[in-house]
Amino acid sequence: MPESPATGEARPLPIVPFLKTAADGKPYLEQTVCSKCGAVFFDPPLACRKCFARDSFSKSPAPSHGELLRYSIVHRSFPGAEVPFVSAVIGFDGGGVLKGNLMGVDPDPAKIKLGSTGETSFQVAPKKDKEGNEYLMYCFRPCQVTA
Amino acid sequence: MSDVYVLGIDMIKFGRFPDESPATLGAKAALMALDDAGLNIGDVQALYNGCLLGAGAQVGQQILAQIGQTGIPVVNCANACATGATAFREAWIGVKSGIYDVVLATGVEQMGKAGLLGGGGGRRGISPEGLLGSSTMPAVFAEAGMDHARQYGTTFEQFAKVSVKNHHHSTLNPKSMYQKETPLDMVMGAEMIAYPNTKLMCSVNVDGAAAAVLVSEKKARELGMGRAVKIRASVLTSDPYSESNTHAVRNPDVNTLTRKAAAPAYEMAGVGPDDLNLVELHDCFASAEILHYENLGLVKAGEAGRAIDADETALGGRIPVNVSGGLLSKGHPLGATGIANIYEVSTHLRGEADKRQVQGAQLGLTHVIGLGSACGIHVLEKPAS
Repeated sequence: MPESPATGEARPLPIVPFLKTAADGKPYLEQTVCSKCGAVFFDPPLACRKCFARDSFSKSPAPSHGELLRYSIVHRSFPGAEVPFVSAVIGFDGGGVLKGNLMGVDPDPAKIKLGSTGETSFQVAPKKDKEGNEYLMYCFRPCQVTA
Repeated sequence: MSDVYVLGIDMIKFGRFPDESPATLGAKAALMALDDAGLNIGDVQALYNGCLLGAGAQVGQQILAQIGQTGIPVVNCANACATGATAFREAWIGVKSGIYDVVLATGVEQMGKAGLLGGGGGRRGISPEGLLGSSTMPAVFAEAGMDHARQYGTTFEQFAKVSVKNHHHSTLNPKSMYQKETPLDMVMGAEMIAYPNTKLMCSVNVDGAAAAVLVSEKKARELGMGRAVKIRASVLTSDPYSESNTHAVRNPDVNTLTRKAAAPAYEMAGVGPDDLNLVELHDCFASAEILHYENLGLVKAGEAGRAIDADETALGGRIPVNVSGGLLSKGHPLGATGIANIYEVSTHLRGEADKRQVQGAQLGLTHVIGLGSACGIHVLEKPAS
């Protein structure tokens, strides 16, 4: 189960525009799908990047699970980013590819399994903006292997 | 349409020149290339300059202010790390079209110790760096390498061997920023920047400039064909649609646009990858070189790790890659890179590469990729003797 966002009046702001909150308060990632060719986007273009169709997009929650396609363990980053962290790219079941932090795993190549399944999870970001606003972010977590 | 030749080409030794400007660095390379061609700026009909970090400063005009203000048209290009190749290709188009017989292409960058490129601030809200993965260049190319690892089992050691090789090559190149051997344990044990790329597997931020004089066949015949390198192909691509190229959070597909450039380049040149004698490709990170062996068709899919293990891409191997030392050791002054690699290949095709000469070099290929994205490929042929 994804962690619930903070409730109450001061709800955290989404860190990216495609992070949405459902009526029941549960966060999700919104994908934009071209109804002509099925291409999946998280930043809706004016026309489909693949087939150029216009005004043919539908929006839906992205799948919650996907395959770990690639990653890097980042030791040197920009000021303000806490290192090390695992930058990971997930290919969602059913289409769509997205980058995020891989959490809940040691930043050690021996512990991270390419091709394994990960799931999307949500949490309040560990830093605020200049006005003191909190942000809701997404991340990926390895799925527990069931025997 | 006329064939186009590189009649003169040169580069300054890459390094750090805090007392210079992009204009003075570019002007020095321009004069060297003109001298190499036996021409002066009065013979040049158009200038195409590439300078990424000085994109708004009309550096091309500033170069002419250093070497002769003849009033010729100047085009200033910026196209990420493909900036120099873009300027060179625009110059090629100018001659190929029949509009000009003699043009100059310059590529220059003054980077200082620019540090980490590719991410950081400049947005509303909070920076996603470190929260939604990384947008830094080392991480992006590390991830691309790990995609290869997932598919083919490529190892950290194999990626590291690229850096050992290119640093070794650079010991034979006096124009390289560094000329130091870096054994495998040194490369693998260097500070980890973004696994699997250590600091010695990241390209060097340096100042540099390179320039080329391009001429029509008619002009080359008039001036002498003896050292004229024929441009067999010039191709530039932008990134086509690819599912794995997610714009929302920086996650570029660094492979597809190179493949989309390589196929028409080989077709235009009328050759295949097996006909090449040397390649200068965009080793911005050691992990990237592995990918481009396959993207450029130098080896079959999944064979890149084996090729580096077997020294196939080392000087003396089947297809030497980055004999100059590459971006990893020669250095990567963004706008200069895409002409400096043409200088390297041309020098071998002219038989003038001294200790690092690829023996019997007849055909060579240059490749750059700039994230955003752009890919430039040129195929060059030995002067007719």
